[in-house]
Amino acid sequence: MNLTKSDRILLTVNKMLLVIVSLLVLLPLLYVFLSSFLQPNTLLNKGLMLSFSDFSIDGYARLFADGTILRGFFNSVLYATGFTFVTVVVSILAGYTLSQDGLVGKKTIMIFFIVTMFFNGGLIPTYLLVRDLGMLNTVWAIILPNAISVWFIILARTYFKAIPNELKEAARIDGASDFMIFLKIILPLSKPIIFVLALYAFIGQWNAYFDAMIYLEDRELHPLQLVLRSILIQNEVQPGMIGDQMARAELQRISEMIKYSSIVVASLPLLIMYPFFQKYFEKGVMVGSLK
Amino acid sequence: MQNAARELQEEHVQHQKQKEPEKQPGHQPGKKKNKNLEYIKKNYLLYLFIAPAIILTIIFKYIPMYGAVIAFKDFSPMRGIMGSEWVGLEHFTGFLTSPNFLNIFMNTLKLSSFELLLGFPIPIILALMLNQIRRANAKKNIQLILYAPHFISVVVISGMVFLFLSPTGPINSLITLVTGNSYSFMSDPDAFRSIYIISGIWQGAGWASIIYVAALANVDPQLHDAAKIDGASLLRRIWHIDLPVLKPVMAVLFILAAGGIMAIGFEKAYLLQTSMNIPASEIIPTYVYKLGLQAGDYSFATAVGLFNAVINVFLLVFVNSVVKKLNEGEGLM
Repeated sequence: MNLTKSDRILLTVNKMLLVIVSLLVLLPLLYVFLSSFLQPNTLLNKGLMLSFSDFSIDGYARLFADGTILRGFFNSVLYATGFTFVTVVVSILAGYTLSQDGLVGKKTIMIFFIVTMFFNGGLIPTYLLVRDLGMLNTVWAIILPNAISVWFIILARTYFKAIPNELKEAARIDGASDFMIFLKIILPLSKPIIFVLALYAFIGQWNAYFDAMIYLEDRELHPLQLVLRSILIQNEVQPGMIGDQMARAELQRISEMIKYSSIVVASLPLLIMYPFFQKYFEKGVMVGSLK
Repeated sequence: MQNAARELQEEHVQHQKQKEPEKQPGHQPGKKKNKNLEYIKKNYLLYLFIAPAIILTIIFKYIPMYGAVIAFKDFSPMRGIMGSEWVGLEHFTGFLTSPNFLNIFMNTLKLSSFELLLGFPIPIILALMLNQIRRANAKKNIQLILYAPHFISVVVISGMVFLFLSPTGPINSLITLVTGNSYSFMSDPDAFRSIYIISGIWQGAGWASIIYVAALANVDPQLHDAAKIDGASLLRRIWHIDLPVLKPVMAVLFILAAGGIMAIGFEKAYLLQTSMNIPASEIIPTYVYKLGLQAGDYSFATAVGLFNAVINVFLLVFVNSVVKKLNEGEGLM
């Protein structure tokens, strides 16, 4: 197909604009990454004249000199894993039930769930409930209140609906029990949906800070995001990171390096891993969304 | 969401169909009940499967809904929800007449509506631009970059904002080069909304474009080819072929976004708050948090939250009806 001249110009401009947009997204990330190895503002002052002697891992060394960030890391792994397990199991089981044709009471149950998408008690009543259940300062406060996700249940249900009924019928004729059918036929076929839900749940929990902030007063229990908040937002440098007395300007310089380093430590694992899962993420957006 | 609503309707229709035979003579009442009981007995496993979800929903969603009655009471932790005195709408009128009310309410409304109006078109434009890239590999690589910020936590994004905009940070270094003085972004209430919205677009626009890119993949290429033969320019083809495909998606997403206008996220606003920018950054959710969980004024904070939720529902219904009018009767509900 031949394009007119003006169309070709437009397409070229479009390509250039997309490159610029990509740079706008990429450059801040690159800046953070490089700054974590450099004295503050070296990058700006020297630009492309950087030499190897400018680089140091001082920020990282001091960040890890104190155990807080590692403990936060392990707490986050624990919370994210536990949360993912509970929410995926609950959503898959509920989604399977709701995908059955002719389920008695299906409409009532659906309404029962969907209402909670539009109405909730709000922050304070939920907090009071968690407190009354004695869950403050426990893992359960992070795992249970949000484990129920109507969105996940709908995603799971949509997926199960697409599994042909003939498979189940054939197994039933062979005399398999309902439970065996679910275990031997349905579950092996649901790996993709389990994977998508697990990814969403894990990353969501990994990046969340709010629930931990209100439910976990004990600093020992703080997940990575709360440790980051104290470093990045509240400007608290842990005593273990700064060993010796130093001048104010020096302290300012070091704490800035520590900040950049902490961003890299917290974000790099996900940013490196996500391209491998990209197609699953896209699937998740598509399934159960608008057709 | 739309699916769920549609399926509910379908189920309703099926339900009606199932009911029809009952109207025939010779039907014995009570038979249906037995049939249902039989079904439940036979498929008890299904009900066992859904039990955890139902139990969790009752505990963590419905009990707090009941707990919200403390908005109409003078709640004291000693006496519990049941034992506390009823005070009617006292907390609501207290909030509506408080000197802070107008400021906080307008902050919430402004922040989220500006975010919606500025943030909503950008993913659509991005998707249309991406759709023009013919080389699959190039397209995929650009998408990879554009999605990346979505995976960064809100704490890190806020931390980056503070670092980049600090008096000695990169942005101010550039400003100082040009003007000679630095500008304290984070302590200026006038700058708060722009910072909040721009950082939000930087983080979310790429990710939000996924759904539009997917919708555009369904456009029949033959349509474009035919239009080319007729001599339609690229812009005309986008306008007449691509955009109509996106219209239903846009309508639903817009209703959902506008319906959430008062349910704006607490998280980033709270992190970006400094003692100086409070006049612009105090919004209803942050106010509820501070009043309720930091000051312990549970009843008043719950009332403020409830007021917010009610406004939200009205908005959702209102926006839905407006979009329906504009969109030939196609809305969410």
